[in-house]
Amino acid sequence: MFGEYSLGDLSSIFVMQGFAGLILFSVYVLMALGLAIIFGQMGVINMAHGEFMILGAYVTYLCSTFFQNHLPALFPIYFFLAMILAFMASGALGMLVEWALIRHLYKRPLDTLLATWGLSLMLQQAYRSIFGAREVGVELPSWLIGSVQVTDSIEIPINGLFVMAVTVLITVGVAVLIFRSRFGQQVRAVMANRPMAGAVGIDSEKVDRYTFGLGCGIAGVAGSAFTMIGSTGPTSGQLYIVDTFLIVVFGGAASLLGTIASAFSISQTQSTLEFFLSGSMAKVLTLLAVVGILMLRPQGLFTLKVRR
Amino acid sequence: MADETEKGLESALRRRLLMGLAGLPALAVMPRMAFAATPPTSAVNTTGLAVTDTEVTVGILHSATGTMAISETGSIQSEKLAIEQINAAGGVLGRKIKVIQEDGASDWPTFAEKAKKLLVNDHCAAVMGCWTSASRKAALPVFEQYNGLLYYPTFYEGLEQSKNVIYTGQEATQQILASLDWVHKEKGAKSFFMVGSDYIWPRTSNKIARKHVENVLKGTVSGEEYFPLGHTQFNSVINKIKLKKPDVIWVDVVGGSNVAFYKQLKAAGIDLNKQVLLTISVTEDEIDGIGGENIAGAYSCMKYFQSLKNPNNEAFVPAFKKMWGEKTVIGDVTQAAYLGPFLWKMAVEKAGSFDVDKVVAASPGIELKTAPEGYVKIHENHHLWSKTRVARAKPDGQFELVYESPELIEPNPFPKGYQ
Amino acid sequence: MTNPIQSLTKSVTVNDNPFMKPIEWLSLALLVVVILVVLPATLDAFRLNLVGKYLTYAFVALGLVICWGYAGILSLGQGCFFGLGGYCMAMYLKLEASSIENTKIQSTPGIPDFMDWNQITSLPWFWKPFQSLPLTLILVIAVPVLFAFVISFAMFKRRVGGTYFAIITQAIAAILTILIVGQQGYTGGINGITDLRTLHGWDIRTDSAHNILYFVNGGLLIGCILIAQFVKKSKLGRILVAMRDKEDRVRFSGYSVAGFKVFAFCLAAAFAAIGGAMFTLQVGFMSPSFVGIVPSIDMVIYAAVGGRMSLFGAIWGTLLVNWAKTSFSESFPDLWLFGLGALFILVVLAFPNGLAGIWREHLEPRLTRRVKALRAPAPAIIPQSAPAE
Repeated sequence: MFGEYSLGDLSSIFVMQGFAGLILFSVYVLMALGLAIIFGQMGVINMAHGEFMILGAYVTYLCSTFFQNHLPALFPIYFFLAMILAFMASGALGMLVEWALIRHLYKRPLDTLLATWGLSLMLQQAYRSIFGAREVGVELPSWLIGSVQVTDSIEIPINGLFVMAVTVLITVGVAVLIFRSRFGQQVRAVMANRPMAGAVGIDSEKVDRYTFGLGCGIAGVAGSAFTMIGSTGPTSGQLYIVDTFLIVVFGGAASLLGTIASAFSISQTQSTLEFFLSGSMAKVLTLLAVVGILMLRPQGLFTLKVRR
Repeated sequence: MADETEKGLESALRRRLLMGLAGLPALAVMPRMAFAATPPTSAVNTTGLAVTDTEVTVGILHSATGTMAISETGSIQSEKLAIEQINAAGGVLGRKIKVIQEDGASDWPTFAEKAKKLLVNDHCAAVMGCWTSASRKAALPVFEQYNGLLYYPTFYEGLEQSKNVIYTGQEATQQILASLDWVHKEKGAKSFFMVGSDYIWPRTSNKIARKHVENVLKGTVSGEEYFPLGHTQFNSVINKIKLKKPDVIWVDVVGGSNVAFYKQLKAAGIDLNKQVLLTISVTEDEIDGIGGENIAGAYSCMKYFQSLKNPNNEAFVPAFKKMWGEKTVIGDVTQAAYLGPFLWKMAVEKAGSFDVDKVVAASPGIELKTAPEGYVKIHENHHLWSKTRVARAKPDGQFELVYESPELIEPNPFPKGYQ
Repeated sequence: MTNPIQSLTKSVTVNDNPFMKPIEWLSLALLVVVILVVLPATLDAFRLNLVGKYLTYAFVALGLVICWGYAGILSLGQGCFFGLGGYCMAMYLKLEASSIENTKIQSTPGIPDFMDWNQITSLPWFWKPFQSLPLTLILVIAVPVLFAFVISFAMFKRRVGGTYFAIITQAIAAILTILIVGQQGYTGGINGITDLRTLHGWDIRTDSAHNILYFVNGGLLIGCILIAQFVKKSKLGRILVAMRDKEDRVRFSGYSVAGFKVFAFCLAAAFAAIGGAMFTLQVGFMSPSFVGIVPSIDMVIYAAVGGRMSLFGAIWGTLLVNWAKTSFSESFPDLWLFGLGALFILVVLAFPNGLAGIWREHLEPRLTRRVKALRAPAPAIIPQSAPAE
């Protein structure tokens, strides 16, 4: 298959393909991180995760139109503000949802699935009523478009690098928050043993609310970042939901490190297969492999021993 | 651009001269209708359709909800505009058109269900509707069983011809062949890389395109890739394109994937001003979501663009915007949907009856000179003769016409040698 | 220590009645009367066909009551089995519709039209069995059940539980959809298998055929209810409930938990497959849009609205949600999704046992009290209270 290409061509393609895999990896991590917190740490099956992402995307869209019309001078840097606002909007909505809905269902994890599916339908319709059924185009500042010319034949997309940077930042942030901060300690305590955590004076309701809000907020940032590479429409969120859940489950739901490892293995498999096979078959084979491995190792790649 | 106008008129004129005989009945019908008294209902409706002395009922069947609502809204809008204009001009056979709109809800059995309701309960004289092939395939047996009449607006894969359907969009060969010839001739294109969504329309279209490239143009297809609907990651295939360096990237990706594909293509440094990209799935509607700056420079093959310069279109675009808002854009399918009510009206008036069989019999040969795309005519196979046009996307979301087939192209839903 | 049998008595009232309590007989009678007498008598052919379509979903909801309500296995992939059953039936019907004379314009006459468009020149091997009706009828059930067995055996042996199973079944539904859409030469792709005409020479498109199919459908549904009731009342049903509540204790009592779970899942798959086959017959086509995630979750909702523990509730729930969908989406297309979403949330938050729960917790006790009050002074008045049911 490669006989007809020069060695230089091939090596630069492999470099670019490696980056494609890394970008896909970042996208997956960003998608799954919020859910890993919500599903992995709290046991809530949040089917509206995609809709929280799209909320972030719409916030970005609103920001971009606002800056274009009112503050064109600051347009090049609006994206940073948009991501912060996206985090806050999705996080706030998440906390509201936790208060109104989720907190009544902690003992019935399967029911959270149904309730959040209902929520996702309502959010979709809300987006449709507010923003219209069509996809909206989010205009990007010019420095985010285009690619970095590394050598003559190696080009790396800037928005891909940007997504990677955001992913690293968020991942490190979450890791520090969960494993190094007092809040993280409380979160882990509540997840490990709720009554005990309550007994030592942790306000578990508050911890739940902030954890859920954090997960949704990260989804919002992900959505905001994805306006650079994907579409923003009322139903775009549903495109992500299966992949996201599989990544979290494959990684071993309770482990953040597992989520990252699984995102890495799935993204590399898919991007390699996509290069050698056609797109559809690559997707099917990847999903099949994941399901097959899960059948053999249902607890996922990494597991924490948690007494429930 | 004034050139374009004249060319359009000229060819319409030439057509009319060439087909003078076919044009005569239509011309003859119009004055008669303007002055003659409304014919009695019993004479124009012998099959129990919903026709009264003052009204005739027509159905509109599109998805107003669900994932396809994005695409189908434009069709609903232009059909309503056409019907309003027909009513303002006196209706059909002296009867105002009353619309019953049903929602297919992006769900194929619902299309079949609602089609049946429109035909059996509401006795609609005609139905403007369906968008995806799947919805048409689901509703088609209903139209055939109850002898209804469907005007279907979308460009589609062909391989179908029903007595009960008038296809106002292009079938695959009408959209593809002339534009491939153009890119071969103008750009010297020899090698093509095809990327599509994984379903029947892209696969069939690419099959036809591949045969044409390999057998007629003597070029090569260096890749043919399909991705599931809704796929959003195209970096790998973009790398493959970079490796193969095709003269033309041939794209029929649809829906949300479209947006992702062009954004990632741009980000990967593929400059559409240098790399020729030819798509058959992007209209003004899609550019709204993709963002003009992401796709500027790409070539799209359609039969209609909002920016066409001809008197018909210069009347149509403001009328559409007046009814549905300044910000709306008009894509190829929206225009094709606009033709349906007019073609039906002309066929009814030519037949002098609302009866489906008579309208169907009268349809072949119907010419519409007021179509925004220019002159169209119904072929015996129920598709439209229409031109193929290639236009280049501009950053403002509009297209700039670069090529127009000199003649109307004959619809050929079962192309020999391309199957 | 409470043993499994004890824990089960809390959720299911076990009484001496061997098969059905009087109230259940009444519910069954009511259902039979409504489905087989009242609806056909009051609805026109169009609406009746619609109800027939809804009732095919009720098969799935019924299966979910057994596998989710009783055995605690939530499957988000029931659309797979509904679809497989439907596709098996559709393949037979399509082959019958693609006779040599019907397809003589094709380059290869005698094969389905979509194969011809995809340059397939002979019938693929896995289509061959569907040339025979008896074999098709067997395969309609056998293929989905086998598929369910393969999925569930591996997973239950490994003790994959609850949420994981739900998500894996969801992924399987997604994979199957992508496969069907992608292999369009063999499956008809996204358009599905359309333009089905006759069943063994009998035209299924006419109103009278729709009527007959409606009654066949209703009869099959009632048959399935009886099978489900039998399972529920048998020792097997009690073990399922015990397993759902305390799986480990059942395992320690010496039962093969995996085996029972596999059985419940396969039974649900079989019901779904019958529903799918009847769907194909009544609607006249089958497409991948009934296989994916959205329809699968919709079907879970039907069972949830009706009451995940109630066989009859599942049927009423299915009818109610679909009726609401049809009537609301006609009049308020925008509000419909809000309404549907709110319904999910309401059911989960306020009425976790659905319609059946409302009946059992609020109406039935009141009714029983009334009956008892009446019965005490004069038993002869009882028949008067019967119509209240």
